[in-house]
Amino acid sequence: MFWDWNYTFEILPMLARASVITIQATILGFILAAVLGLVFAILRMSRNRVINGATTAVVEFIRSTPLLIQIFFIYFVLPEFGIVLDAFLAGTLALGLHYATYCSEVYRAGIEGIPRGQWEAATALNLSPVITFRDIIIPQAVPPVIPALGNYLVALFKETPLLSGIAVLELMQTAKILGSQSFRYLEPITLVGVFFLVFSLIASAANRYAERRLTGIGTR
Amino acid sequence: MNERTSDPQPGVASQPMVRFSGVTKRYGDLTVLDNLDLDVAPQEKVAIIGPSGSGKTTVLRMLMTLEPIDDGVIYVDGRPLTHMEVNGELVRANEKYLRSVRGDIGMVFQHFNLFPHMTVLGNCVEAPIHVLGLSKAEAEERAVELLEMVGLGDKLGEYPQRLSGGQKQRVAIARALAMRPKVMLFDEVTSALDPELVGEVLNAIRMLGKEFQLTMLMVTHQMGFAKEFADRVCFFYEGRIHEEGPPEKIFNAPDLERTQQFLSAVLEAG
Amino acid sequence: MPLKSIIVTAIVAFAAGLIFASFAGYELFIPGLLQGAWITIQITAGGAVLAVIAAFTAALAKLYGPTPLRWLANCYIEIFRGTSALVQLFWLFFVLPQLGVTLSPMSSAILALGLNIGAYGAEVVRGGINGVSREQWEASVALNMSRALALRRIILPQAVIAMIPPWGNLFIELLKATSLVSLITISDLTFRAQQMNQATFRTVEIFTLVLAIYLGISLLITFGMRALERAATGGTVRGRAN
Repeated sequence: MFWDWNYTFEILPMLARASVITIQATILGFILAAVLGLVFAILRMSRNRVINGATTAVVEFIRSTPLLIQIFFIYFVLPEFGIVLDAFLAGTLALGLHYATYCSEVYRAGIEGIPRGQWEAATALNLSPVITFRDIIIPQAVPPVIPALGNYLVALFKETPLLSGIAVLELMQTAKILGSQSFRYLEPITLVGVFFLVFSLIASAANRYAERRLTGIGTR
Repeated sequence: MNERTSDPQPGVASQPMVRFSGVTKRYGDLTVLDNLDLDVAPQEKVAIIGPSGSGKTTVLRMLMTLEPIDDGVIYVDGRPLTHMEVNGELVRANEKYLRSVRGDIGMVFQHFNLFPHMTVLGNCVEAPIHVLGLSKAEAEERAVELLEMVGLGDKLGEYPQRLSGGQKQRVAIARALAMRPKVMLFDEVTSALDPELVGEVLNAIRMLGKEFQLTMLMVTHQMGFAKEFADRVCFFYEGRIHEEGPPEKIFNAPDLERTQQFLSAVLEAG
Repeated sequence: MPLKSIIVTAIVAFAAGLIFASFAGYELFIPGLLQGAWITIQITAGGAVLAVIAAFTAALAKLYGPTPLRWLANCYIEIFRGTSALVQLFWLFFVLPQLGVTLSPMSSAILALGLNIGAYGAEVVRGGINGVSREQWEASVALNMSRALALRRIILPQAVIAMIPPWGNLFIELLKATSLVSLITISDLTFRAQQMNQATFRTVEIFTLVLAIYLGISLLITFGMRALERAATGGTVRGRAN
């Protein structure tokens, strides 16, 4: 066809190297999202209306506005406050922050799914809030929501190309550079698409497997 | 073996309106209807009673083509319903043929199944317009007449959510009758109603049965109504007609023991 | 989102805008940003129409179509959900011309984003149709309706009403995704913001205003969908009748 296989094999090594960056951004970003999301979720449960309201506002604000803007914002704004991050870290930070808001919703659903009786038992045993969360609530809230978190991991992975907007040398940026050098965009961009498609299909299948294993177990 | 006694009804010798001929229905290993033979004469009112799982609702659902049959044939007004004649042979009916025959049958459901996104009037004109091809004016005229007969002439513009159970069921009855079926099926139509609303629905059925000379099959727990209204009562047990006959006989002096057991249990509970 | 959250977010957004943007900033930035916002709205609207058409087509094909059509629909859905909007956008913008098809940037944008959201929308449509209870189908059979008639007059109207909230969420995702078109040189809101930022480096002001504008548009969408839902259910709450 129109496809140049020679060119394809030529660029594969470069794309492979770039995919490492993509995967690093994904993992780092998701760790941040998972941890920060839990923090957000817990803060939103606070009875203190200021903390609760402020967190809710921040979470909703970030959730409802484009990730790309948030990436630009963090990349350009932080230096003004003296924090200089390279593009990779700034972009990953933005990814993590954005997806932390989605994860916080997931955690909230998981926490709300816990019967009140668990809370009441913890009170009856005079457990402190910290211990209650750590030993009673979170171990029960998290396993059922892991499939939902898994979906967001895949979504985050698929949004790493946005980092090309601040010139991070991940897959999409590399593909664009290769394309502009050789004037052949078909192979690089299609390969990138195939890469994401294959990975996301595998990840979704793995997620469905995890879901079957995790929600089959009764926790109460 | 189950015995079956029946008193022949006058008029059955002439062509039955509904005929079940050797009809069997299975769900996996479970045989719900076992080689059923049943004839219903034109304008006959048949009450079907029996314990749950005896196959009574299945009889109606298969007649309404909601469920396919496994063996046997059902005839309506002389024509086969579940099968069609191809080169002199009976073959399973396709969708198009089914629609040409099942217009003679109407059904009222236990849970009303009104269309929530249409008004009362809308519910009753929908099928006459789109299936029978009536004009909007004709369909509305017919619907209004029926709705007034069941006492809902003032609720034409209401949505089903705003109606009581008894009102909803009366709308459902009017909606079914607007299609002018020859056979009407009633599937436990008062079972989902609060007790005080049952009477208005039964009154509507009684009145319309007389007015439109309908053939009716009713699955019901309302023994009093069956006794007064039905021409024949069929007691179903384990997928077969265990006993059938006129209400006076079945309710007062049934031949078979299981019939008596069932009736005692029901009357005690009611 | 629940009404309270919306109000809180709106207040925070506009407060932030007021705090961070000086008055001079308003005059300087707002006109250009609003021009960009207009482009954003156009792409969102065009993409939304395409998304709805694509979603219904794919879902109906998947539910009721013959096998080859079903297979096609599944391919469409898997490909557009398995790759991200940006990949699709770049593919249409960079690769199509090399295959002989040249679309304007706007057309590429609407096509890519519409098809992307449409793939997610297909699941929403399928869920909506399957959510209509089986008893409604049975009532249609009892009135001797054909399957097509029942689908058209009874099932789909009810399904559409149930679908409105999830579609609202999808349209907001679409709005957020339009920011990507700035990377294929379309002068949308994000592009304008980047432009102004490179020129003046008043990052905080500009981007806070931009975020507030995006938020404003998403609030419009949310309120629009709620109004649509109210109109469709004739004022009654999402109720089921039997």
